[in-house]
Amino acid sequence: MGTELKFSGWIDKHARYILSLPAVIFVLLMIVFPLAYTAWLSLHKWNFSGVTAPRWVGFRNFAELLSDHRFWNATWNTVMFSFGVVTAQLILGTALAVLLNRRFRFKNGVKTLFMLPMVSTPVAIALVWLLIFEPTIGLANQLLNALGLPDQRWLSSGKTAMFSLMIVDIWQWTPMVTLIVLAGLTTLPSEPLESALVDGATRWQVFWTITIPLLVPTLIVAFLLRMIDALKTFDLIYTTTQGGPAMATETLNIYGYLLGFQYFNFGMASALILLFLALVTIISLTFVWIRNKAGVDH
Amino acid sequence: MSSVATEYVGRSKAQKRISSVLFYVCLLAVLFAVSIPLIWMFLASFQTQAQIMSKEITLRFTPTFANYETVFERYDFVKPIINSFIVASLSTGFALLLGLPAAYAISRYRQQLLGMIILVVRFIPGITFLVPWYLLFSSMRLIDTYLALALSHMLINLPFIIWVMIPYYDSVPRELEEAARVDGSSVIGLFLRIMVPLSMPGIVTASLLSLIFSWNNLIFSIVLAGVKTQTLPLAILRFVSYANIDWGALMAAAVVITIPILIISLVTQRFIIQGLTAGAVKG
Repeated sequence: MGTELKFSGWIDKHARYILSLPAVIFVLLMIVFPLAYTAWLSLHKWNFSGVTAPRWVGFRNFAELLSDHRFWNATWNTVMFSFGVVTAQLILGTALAVLLNRRFRFKNGVKTLFMLPMVSTPVAIALVWLLIFEPTIGLANQLLNALGLPDQRWLSSGKTAMFSLMIVDIWQWTPMVTLIVLAGLTTLPSEPLESALVDGATRWQVFWTITIPLLVPTLIVAFLLRMIDALKTFDLIYTTTQGGPAMATETLNIYGYLLGFQYFNFGMASALILLFLALVTIISLTFVWIRNKAGVDH
Repeated sequence: MSSVATEYVGRSKAQKRISSVLFYVCLLAVLFAVSIPLIWMFLASFQTQAQIMSKEITLRFTPTFANYETVFERYDFVKPIINSFIVASLSTGFALLLGLPAAYAISRYRQQLLGMIILVVRFIPGITFLVPWYLLFSSMRLIDTYLALALSHMLINLPFIIWVMIPYYDSVPRELEEAARVDGSSVIGLFLRIMVPLSMPGIVTASLLSLIFSWNNLIFSIVLAGVKTQTLPLAILRFVSYANIDWGALMAAAVVITIPILIISLVTQRFIIQGLTAGAVKG
């Protein structure tokens, strides 16, 4: 009885550590240790065969990557895809939110519909768009023809493949920006808007000089959330083009996967992963910094 | 009072009607753009290969269920469905078990360092862990097990659950906790008997989305699953290369994987929208 009380008293005293301990152990075993292992692997040459042991090569994997045309192509594709889709999503998403920010019937129904692309399985979405972009039977070319425009080769041409993938991502994730901005719009104070209208400003002026500046913090959060996800895009590209045609859509995610699990060059793959992490960190920190700056201004 | 404002307030009825019509035209265009890929998926899944391959858009046709028969009989989609369901449930269960107490501790004891680390984890792309996890799990002979898949999906689910839950625990008044403490409840008892029931709406949101993320996940399953544990996204991916583009069957497979999510989302839409706008989604 006495020891039991003592024990439960001990648990109570240390509850703050006991409650978070399982999560901390998970983070250590599944995240910190694997990251350290990746760093170690990146300094070794190792083709996973079980026969040869990893061989220390110093920073040679990094040097090789940095002089590899394919690595820079993948970096450029990653940056172009991410900034392209997120910019388009912010502009379109904000415009849609402004359009929908009024009372009308079925408003909740519209919101529900907007949610569907976001929750749908990326592999399934990718397959549907594969059919839509099919050059001879796809809906995309039939729509173009109906508008009197010539056929495109969409995903099967190196010139248009990246752009086509961006269309899919913009379709899937613009609604998320719309929902975030809609939520932001409802929290805006109404007095500045009304007094500006009373003072004779046009709706257009009010939108640019009052609504948008007030929305800046919301927009920065939306940008950051979307950016992090856009940089991670793997399923869509892997299901449709696998980086092709001729590396036109090969991002760092795809190249890293191929290095690791098609060429089984774990050393190089690990080096690429670390460089990719550095890129993600730089972009994220820049936006966190911008957000803090913007926060000070308001 | 300026005249512009009165003009604005007193727009004529005709003007109002035009603007209202314009609004509904725009709305219809947007709804069309958002829904057409999903509608197309459903339509094509009930069409024959000949109907899909024809250059005309066929909207009137007698639906065929042959594509669904192909999916279930020839390619045996039942096993992957069960696998996906097991992995999603396990990873969500584990993530709740670890995430709920951690979120409470972060909120109650201001463990900001842990909170920061969890936030950073959400920023790390899933691809980062493919190589080390593959090597570590294969050295422990855990490749092609439900455990490895569930643990890997927790990379997404655990941080998500913690970040959805922290605001719920922040919003519980401290007096309530203190009153319970005076009544002799231990911290763990307080957490289980008061905090968990109070934060049920948050737990529902977090669990639903966590199930969906896991169900949708491809990147970890591609490396860690095998013949025994093949999940749905993986099965469909294999199907693409097998099927030599049997479009109807492919679309039926896409419907099979998406429909449970669409139904759950429609039924619980309030929770889903709230959770989705709360944070990042991909692995």
